[in-house]
Amino acid sequence: MKKLIAWFDERIPMTKTWNIHLAQYPAPKNFNFWYLFGVLAMLVLVNQILTGVWLTMNYNPSAEGAFASVEFIMRDIDYGWLLRYMHSTGASAFFVVVYLHMLRGMMYGSYQKPRELLWVFGMLIFLVLMAEAFMGYLLPWGQMSYWGAQVIISLFGAIPVIGDDLTLWIRGDYVISGATLNRFFALHVIALPLVLVILVFLHIVALHEVGSNNPEGINIKKPKGSVPDEEKPKFKFHERFTKKYDIVDAFPFFPYYVVKDLVGIGIFLFLFCYVIFFAPAMGGLFLEPPNFEAANPLKTPDHIAPVWYFTPFYAILRAVPDKLLGVILMFGSIAALFILPWLDRGKVRSIRYRSGFHKVNLTVFVISFVALGYLGLKPATEVYTLFARIFTFLYFAFFVLLFFYSKNETTKPVPERITK
Amino acid sequence: MKQFLKTTLLVAATLWSVATLAADPTVPLDEAKVDLHNKASLQRGAQLFMNYCLGCHSMQYQRYNRTFEDLQIPEDLGMANLQFTGEKVGDLITNAMPTESAGAWFGTGAPDLTLVARVRGADWIYTYLRSFYVDESRPFGVNNAVFPNVGMPHVLQELQGVPRKTTEERMIDGEMKDVYVGIKADGSGMLSPSEYDQAMLDLTSFLVYTGEPMLLEQRRMGWYVFGFLFVFTIFAWLLKREFFKDVK
Repeated sequence: MKKLIAWFDERIPMTKTWNIHLAQYPAPKNFNFWYLFGVLAMLVLVNQILTGVWLTMNYNPSAEGAFASVEFIMRDIDYGWLLRYMHSTGASAFFVVVYLHMLRGMMYGSYQKPRELLWVFGMLIFLVLMAEAFMGYLLPWGQMSYWGAQVIISLFGAIPVIGDDLTLWIRGDYVISGATLNRFFALHVIALPLVLVILVFLHIVALHEVGSNNPEGINIKKPKGSVPDEEKPKFKFHERFTKKYDIVDAFPFFPYYVVKDLVGIGIFLFLFCYVIFFAPAMGGLFLEPPNFEAANPLKTPDHIAPVWYFTPFYAILRAVPDKLLGVILMFGSIAALFILPWLDRGKVRSIRYRSGFHKVNLTVFVISFVALGYLGLKPATEVYTLFARIFTFLYFAFFVLLFFYSKNETTKPVPERITK
Repeated sequence: MKQFLKTTLLVAATLWSVATLAADPTVPLDEAKVDLHNKASLQRGAQLFMNYCLGCHSMQYQRYNRTFEDLQIPEDLGMANLQFTGEKVGDLITNAMPTESAGAWFGTGAPDLTLVARVRGADWIYTYLRSFYVDESRPFGVNNAVFPNVGMPHVLQELQGVPRKTTEERMIDGEMKDVYVGIKADGSGMLSPSEYDQAMLDLTSFLVYTGEPMLLEQRRMGWYVFGFLFVFTIFAWLLKREFFKDVK
């Protein structure tokens, strides 16, 4: 066995990679519940890829056959329903864990210097994930697949001059049709997953370059030689990390956080499997009832709502009376997150040591996001639209306020070391 | 942090309760007490479907043999009594009505009913089937309280009898108004009102079954998965505790 490992190590950096990224990677000792969602996102990604491969084997990407092939998978393929529910539940679970993962980053200032690029890679993953989910939702070819896509693609028509040609180019037809379905299928099963996996790889490479943040927002890398030996952890970290710094208050990711994450994964799987086996439609949130009716270009559903994970952005879009301005604000709401590392000019990372004003601001932001998500599911009545406008305002106010107060924010003193 | 979670949850709960209030259909739906373990009910539902519905509505994603197996109907009995179109036992349950002609005859093609329970919900179907009433202004002489101006005749009239809409005078906002209170059949049908309700529950149950024929298997498997996860999580926790003795 040793010989075999040595044979590989001479030819590829196998043990070295294992050590740098797992066995000798210094992870801060105070990770809490919020630090689970990165691992869970990876778990769901693997779930989506595996179940996706098997679904592809029996799915028929044509306007005539798509809907029937999904029902074929559900009824005639052994455990086809399980694969399909794992995939459809996985799509929603992906957004649940990614949203919580992003909120973690915002609470503990994980986007601040030197982790700006890490955050940007994360945002790119989020963007690709939205495209992936959107295209995947067309594939069952139900009423909501069809009309949801119709609405979203028509948004590009609001862009001046090139709008109409652009929508035509995206659809490959004047309306959503088999041509659209075919290209969405190609993008959903190969192009975007490939990009997604590459981005996840880069996200992790960037993370392991700068090191993990933690709930205290305290740097665990201290200047070389500043820490007496008895205060250093008893673990061996890779020299890549110890060459320039003294590492404190950390332990290796493997095995400690791996076994800890296993417990979290177990609990997550309870919830995940509850949905798969007992509520796969999740009361119409994960699988919308009209989508059990085959797409019919001649029959518009009474109420078109995107799937829940898009509704915050959809609500922003609808809140604005002008279509173009609505589209701009909708994309702006995502763009604002992209530049968050530069909007926040604060020096203190964790919410634990930031001002009360910041705590209120972030709380209002989260409430606005959840409220917008709720409003996006509802028909745009007068009252709902008014609320959507208020929450859209509050959503953007978070970023604007942050930019101004963060520079001279009154913060609590941050301890030198993680004490807990 | 705790405060933050609390506020978020509170706002979410408030919004949720506002939402449930807002969703108020015009005709209250009766609860369909569907029991997928009651095979006799599902069998009677299948019988009603094949005899009364399949003439116009197909069930094109469901197969005969799967239906017989799940409903515990012997294949030969099923083929002799529930199959009227000359299809083979492994075939999908389709019918002979061409969609184009149906459009000309009824104004719209009769929708496929395999998944109707997943689109509309059991309560809707159960109430719909019991809400036809005489309305001479409509082409087929009937209308439906749940689905106004529905494009189909009341094919179950021989079972129910002639149904009439009953209203009651009630005081609303200071004015006397006729309020819809339900349907009353004239007693000319083959079934009594309670028998008819039971028959419609059977039919609804059958449609719930065809919407998700895997439902019972799915739930059964779910409990085994929970059992596995329970053991897995306990061992994972024990493992974690053991390893973390190093770092405390």
